[in-house]
Order: sequence, then structure tokens, then C-alpha cells
Amino acid sequence: MSNVIGQRVTRYDGMAHVTGETKFVDDQVVPGTLTVKALRSPVSKGKIKNLDISAAEKMPGVAGVITAADVPCNAFGLIPDQPVLVGEDIRYKGEAIAAVAAVDEDAAMEALEKIGLEIEEQQAVLDPLEAMKDGAPQTRPEGNFQIWDDNNYRQVNLGDVDKAFEQADEIVESVHLHPSVEHAPMEPICSLAVPHAGPKLTIYTVSQALYFHLGMLCGILQMEPGDLHCKQWKAKTGSAWRHNTGYADLNYVGGTVGGGFGGKNDIMADHVAALLALKTGRPCKWRWTRAEDLLYSTFRGAWHITIKDAVTKQGRIIGRQMTSIRDAGSYASLNPYVVEKHCYLGAGPYFIPNVRVRGYCVYTNKPPASSMRGFGITPAAFATEVQMDQIADRLGMDPWEVRMTNAFRKGEFTPTKRILNSVAVIEVLQNLAAKAGVELPGHLKAMASTQERG
Amino acid sequence: MHTLELTVNGQGHKVEVGLKTTLLEVLRDKLHITSPKVGCNTGDCGTCSVLLDGVLVRSCITNALSVQGKSVTTLEGIIEPGDIHPLQKAFHENYGSQCGFCTPGMILASKALLDANPSPTRDEVKEALSGNLCRCTGYVKIIDSVLAAADEMKS
Ligand code: FES
Ligand code: FES
Repeated sequence: MSNVIGQRVTRYDGMAHVTGETKFVDDQVVPGTLTVKALRSPVSKGKIKNLDISAAEKMPGVAGVITAADVPCNAFGLIPDQPVLVGEDIRYKGEAIAAVAAVDEDAAMEALEKIGLEIEEQQAVLDPLEAMKDGAPQTRPEGNFQIWDDNNYRQVNLGDVDKAFEQADEIVESVHLHPSVEHAPMEPICSLAVPHAGPKLTIYTVSQALYFHLGMLCGILQMEPGDLHCKQWKAKTGSAWRHNTGYADLNYVGGTVGGGFGGKNDIMADHVAALLALKTGRPCKWRWTRAEDLLYSTFRGAWHITIKDAVTKQGRIIGRQMTSIRDAGSYASLNPYVVEKHCYLGAGPYFIPNVRVRGYCVYTNKPPASSMRGFGITPAAFATEVQMDQIADRLGMDPWEVRMTNAFRKGEFTPTKRILNSVAVIEVLQNLAAKAGVELPGHLKAMASTQERG
Repeated sequence: MHTLELTVNGQGHKVEVGLKTTLLEVLRDKLHITSPKVGCNTGDCGTCSVLLDGVLVRSCITNALSVQGKSVTTLEGIIEPGDIHPLQKAFHENYGSQCGFCTPGMILASKALLDANPSPTRDEVKEALSGNLCRCTGYVKIIDSVLAAADEMKS
């Protein structure tokens, strides 16, 4: 590797990108491919009282219609709480209830209109602060909170926070609202499933997490993964795969992703395309419209973050209490993991010896949120850095000084007691100041991560 | 159904289309030319950009029958097969393409600019590409690529 360090290396796939040869999922041409469209819930919460697909099935050009009854294992996810198609309980507006495969888009859309659907609408909860209240309507049967151990929050504790607040010269508190963010990759969610002779299937996917999703798909379809790596993974984890039927191979083809940013870390279309391909015996493609992608694909969930810091007159943060509430939407997806990482890194790149972080992962009747660039760390960094400026304001100090005073030094540790032996926060800040044309005072210029804290 | 005759990348085609069929559907679904992408299908993102008699258009909102007898150029057709256009070389070498999904549209929009204005300023490049969205690069390297290509084409 050493021969490439310091050199410009062109992208291995760059030439294909600039000549138009790169084949994204939507660019795969398989003759006879059917168009898939989904019937999505018009309400945020409710019970399906009646679902009648008989008229839709008889429409000209329609090759197949599927509902929850067609899904061999209708629960998936890292915490398998999400159905492929709603059986009875609708948890968000836009949740897929049925899907049609037809010769073209017009035929598929007309068939959707022929599906009989009766829903008993229920009280939805769309605000996580409301969902947290005692007596709030249940957003889901498992409850409105993600549970860790016996708590309805994830916690990270270090030292004695209460004592730190007693010793503080100043207490600085701030509340931060981080809205939800859609990844909006230029390539919308798309899946193409092609059945072969025998119960075999090839799925062209936009997945950013091929091996996770291959395993989950084998679970949903009750198929044996055809891929060696997946078999090894299965042997290691021992769970999540069901392989009790005669299916032999699932060939999962991916790797060419038209932008993801964490927005293609959850299965959104592959399962439905696969089920329709198996049912109709024909290739099926489900390409979401831009509107579907913006409304119903996963996104960075909104955050409500409160930080309260115990601070000395010199600008040292000696204690932090942080309470973060994540609007997870209606399914686990990667939300619990996002909240955990948020909690681990809630204190930022600063050495705070007493820390109490509580991260709530709250379920609402919105589409499921999930990962996006940083898995919960980005909103924590946003809140922390605003807080650093507020501390500087309160103390009348230079914000550079507040940051550098608190920055990690070599040998110090994070709130999860990870000892840091390679640290360069101070040097990064010095570099940043130089590049921004900020003249730091001498004592900050002389500071170094390797100096022991005085 | 109606018969549409058009030239794509120098080659004549005759296809059957409906009244609602778009040029993008003709290119992708009927002719299997897949460099124009479906990013939005509503005229907002520029991933479906092609040149129509040399003019940049969004093929997703161009009715197929409106291009009767006209000549369309996609990324595949801006240069002889096997050869490489200075814009393609510049996008490759200057990291103007990351995931590649916006790239065909970006290069065609850049070509339309350079054909009309061989020495654009940075601001003129920005203006010419303002209808093409990219979610990966942050645009700086795309603009660098276009300016690098302009330099190369002049020398
Ligand atoms: S696909 Fe035509 S502008 Fe977006
Ligand atoms: S390179 Fe990915 S959208 Fe532009």
C-alpha cells in the first residue's frame, strides 16, 4: 500500500461513470420485466378491516398481486419488528399494504385503484414528546419506548455528576432541536428481482448493506442463501435465517449505488420485488417515485437534545448531564444503534470526568427513521458545539480557548472509559485556526495533546 | 400508438409511442440507452438531460412525439466509441464524479455550455449547471472538472 500514499489515485469505477457504461439497478435490461406499484396506507394509524384484491387480480395486464398472506416470514429488521406488507396494524402513513406487478405503470396504477381497502382509523401520535407521556396512545403494540435492560432509555454514566454540579461555578444549559433530514440520493430506491428455472432468484439491489440484507431476505423468503459468505455469517450468528423449504439459491447483486448516505441501509423494495417475481415467475422491478422516496424511505430522525454542564470559572467542564430524545418513527430499523452511538459520543471530543447521558428512542406513527452519516453522532456534535459557544458566551471567554481547554489529551478517556492513546484535537483546532486566519494567543499555540492536564 | 422517427447518436430509429410517452422512456425503455437516468421524472434534477439538436433538454418532461425527426445526443454519443471526450477525461481525473448517477447529465450540460462558450468563468459554469443536482460531490470538483476540460480543449 505504501506506494500509493501521498499519490492521487483515480477511481476504479470512474471511467465507466464518465462514459455512461456504469449499470445501476434501474439500468439492468431484462426482457419481459413487470412494473411494481404498492398500495400504501392513507392513514398514520389504523386497523385493516377488509382487504380485497380479487378485482385487481383480474385487471388486464396484471400478472400478480401480493398481500401479507403471501409473505413466508412477515417480520424483518435487526430487531425483526417490521412487516413487509401490513397484516392488520398500520403504523404509519404510506406503509405498504399490497403490491401489484403489471405489464406497465398504467396497468399497475389502475389495478391499485381496484383494491378494496377498509381501515378503522386510530389515534396516531406524531410528536415524540407526546408519545413519552403517561397514558399516551400506543404507537405500537411493543410500546412507545425502546427498552434497554429495564430502562426506557440507553444510558452512559461516568463519575459523580451530582457532585460536579455542586462544585460548579456556573451551570450552562441549552436545548437543541435537530430536524429530520432526508438523504435524497440522486438514485431513488429501486429493486429488480429475476426468477430462474427452479426456485432460484437474482435480486439487483441498491443496498448499502449487502450481507445484512441478504440474510434478512433469506429470512423473509425462507430461502437458503446461495452465497458462501452468507453461510459463514449464518454459522457465526446462528439466527435470523429460516431455511426449511426447498429454495436453493438467492443471488444478491449489488455494489453500484447511486448515492446512499445511510439511506440504503434498510430493505425497502427488494422483498416486495422478490415476492412478486416468485409469484408471477417473471422479472419484477419496483422503482420508487421521487415523491415516494422523499416521503417513505428512511431518513435521519429528528432529535430533541438538552445539555446541562457544570463549568468552572476557568472554562473547564467538570460535569455533563445530557438528555436526548430521538423520534424513531414506527419501526426499530437502525434506530436503537443510532441512539447508542449518540450516547457514547455525547460528550464530544472533550474530557468531561463526570457524565450522565440518557438517550430515549421513542416510537411515533411516522415512517421509520434510520441511519444517516454518523449514526446519531452528528446531532450530538451539533448540540455539543453550540453548547461550547454558549459556555464561552457565559464566561466571557474565547470559544477557541473553551474548546482547547476541554479537548482530550493523550491518555484520557471517553465516557465509556475507552482510553485514548492517539489524540490530536488540540492540533486539529490549531490547524483550523491557522487556516481560518485566526491568530490564537501564545498559550493556546503552545498547547499540545501530549501535555498532561495541569 | 403513433410512429416516432428520430436520430439518436447518429443512428436512425423508428418506434411506436403513446401520446404520454416521454423522450426518456423512449431512450431507456425502447432503445435501452441507459445513461440518461430517472432521478425525479418531474423535471427537477437534470439526471435525464440530453442534447436535442444540440440544445440541453430534460428528457423526462419532453414529450416523445415533440421530437419527431429531430436528433438526440446522449453521453454515449458525444464521441466516437473507444475515444474519450476532454470533459469525460476531466471529470475522471478531477474527481467530478462520485456515485456517477448525476454524471451523464452533468457532462451533457457542461458540453452544451462549452459548445456555446469555450472559455467560461467559474460563475458561468455554475449558472450552466444550476439545473443539475448532485448529492455526492458538493459541486466544487464538478466545476473544477469543467474548467479543466475547457483549458484542455483550448490548448
Ligand atoms: S429525471 Fe428528468 S429532471 Fe429529474
Ligand atoms: S456523483 Fe453522486 S449524485 Fe453526483
